[in-house]
Amino acid sequence: MNFDLAIPSQLTRALGPDLLLMAGAMVLMLWAAWRPDSDKHQRAVGAASLALIAVTMGALFWYASRGFSSTNGVIAVDNFRWAADLIFLLGAFGAIALGMEYNARERILPAESHVLVLFATSGMMVLAAARDLMIVFLGIELMSVAVYVLAGMNRRSPKSAEGSLKYFLLGAFATGFLLYGIALIYGATGTTNLWDISRKVAEWTFPARPMMAVGTGLLLVGFGFKVAAAPFHMWAPDVYEGAPTPITAFMATAVKAAAFTTFVRVWMEALPGMGGAWFAPVWWLAAVAMFVGNAVALSQRNLKRLLAYSSIAHSGYLLVAVAAGSLAGSSAFLFYLVAYTLASFGAFAVVITVARTGDTNGELSDYEGLWHVRPGLAIAMAVFMLSLMGFPVFGGVGFFGKWYLLMAAIEAPRSLVTLAVVLVLTSVMSAGYYVNVVRLMFMKPRPEGAAEIEPSGALTRGVVFTAAIAVLALGLVPSRLIAWSRASLPRAPQAQVTTTVAPK
Amino acid sequence: MLVEALALSAVLFSIGVIGVLTRRNAIIIFMCVELMLNAVNLSFVALSKLYGAAGQVFVVFTMTVAAAEAAVGLAIIIAIFRHVKTVNLQNINLLKG
Repeated sequence: MNFDLAIPSQLTRALGPDLLLMAGAMVLMLWAAWRPDSDKHQRAVGAASLALIAVTMGALFWYASRGFSSTNGVIAVDNFRWAADLIFLLGAFGAIALGMEYNARERILPAESHVLVLFATSGMMVLAAARDLMIVFLGIELMSVAVYVLAGMNRRSPKSAEGSLKYFLLGAFATGFLLYGIALIYGATGTTNLWDISRKVAEWTFPARPMMAVGTGLLLVGFGFKVAAAPFHMWAPDVYEGAPTPITAFMATAVKAAAFTTFVRVWMEALPGMGGAWFAPVWWLAAVAMFVGNAVALSQRNLKRLLAYSSIAHSGYLLVAVAAGSLAGSSAFLFYLVAYTLASFGAFAVVITVARTGDTNGELSDYEGLWHVRPGLAIAMAVFMLSLMGFPVFGGVGFFGKWYLLMAAIEAPRSLVTLAVVLVLTSVMSAGYYVNVVRLMFMKPRPEGAAEIEPSGALTRGVVFTAAIAVLALGLVPSRLIAWSRASLPRAPQAQVTTTVAPK
Repeated sequence: MLVEALALSAVLFSIGVIGVLTRRNAIIIFMCVELMLNAVNLSFVALSKLYGAAGQVFVVFTMTVAAAEAAVGLAIIIAIFRHVKTVNLQNINLLKG
């Protein structure tokens, strides 16, 4: 059915899964605060949070299968939203599952940590639904404020507090840019609705009004910070290293995916007419992020920091899809996001397993000879590393992710062949550190006196092996995932004009 | 009046940005961020004279969000103060590389 968002009851129904998650999270928050902090209570709240996510996923599948739509108003009801929500919920599920065991080991007893993940996820779902810059702003803040707290969740660790402070200051700074960009776009067009903005831009006889161009630029800076694309990436490595590892995994996958989802929607639905103004900056942002992320990752000795720089490089790869600005670009974007989320989550889960209390043993040297003591873990880590690199067959779905990005870049309306070449060259560069991890694990002997690796809990093991099997299985049969991502696109601006009522 | 208000907003926003980039005290940086947000609020209010109430609604949202952010932000600053007994970013440098 088609929701008429002017009617409050239909607007509520259009937000069904989001409201379900928010209501459940608030009840869980009360329950989390009800009892004194203890490991048992923390695990109970975590288990309830996992159940809530599963229920929300069920609601999501039901909504997606009914083929709902909306033609007006501030909320998007389309497959792009459901697909993005699914990625966020998977990320949240993984983060809470890893968090239950990690928090027990690190003695992070407040049960709220799991509930905050749920709050952040509800912000992401609002972001995926936003078809109005006002909702974009609210969604970003709903997500970010919860994640600022999560980054500092380990109150005994000065590193965690420092990471949280840096994340907060730079995140708030970025919000300022985003908000000013929104204000200027509102000033130039008189509306904050994405479709109305694109109609207004299409009406202009001369392409870019200065106010609109500056607004677009500021918006780009704001999003650049939020997705950690170089040169706006400097917070990412510190925050990723300082935060508790399950939260790092959550930030590197779900938070980044959420910022990118709304980035793509705003760019595809509101600003295609501004292509002349944003094309070159996005091009350079992508190229610089790919180069800087991969180049600096080469010199990292700490695996968490290495993965942080690798995630900056992956922001660059995803920006190629944004620069393509085509429907093929958006479908490649979703495909890549799934591949990246799986591999990245798995890699962080391995980092949690190898580390010991106090987040020690995160250096590359601690991975030497892992194959001789924990062969299963070493094989899983190798799969994740090769997948992030985009290696064929052994890297599973990561290879196809890069492949579709390249195809989208080459077939884009404005040809991106040079950017595709940069993508390939920087991927070759990335082999320098991804393959190095694999080499250390398999070809080096386990050093004398190396710390013993404690047996990991069932949930952590489950995340590692589910992620590894998903990466490999989707790599063998990528066609289902491609069909799924092709069916889940943001509305093309040309299609809107014919299917919606004329602007007032 | 519109042009003057927008110009003042741009100047205030720039002062905020310069403050964030040059100051090293976490609390002053945070104040500069608040200045940036309020400069944007001024723009929204001025523009709503042209386009109707949407800009003013946005200001209410922005203020609510800024209040939530302030609560979380000050708590984070207190948390780090407990560890290092300073809020000067030059002395907070465990993470680097």
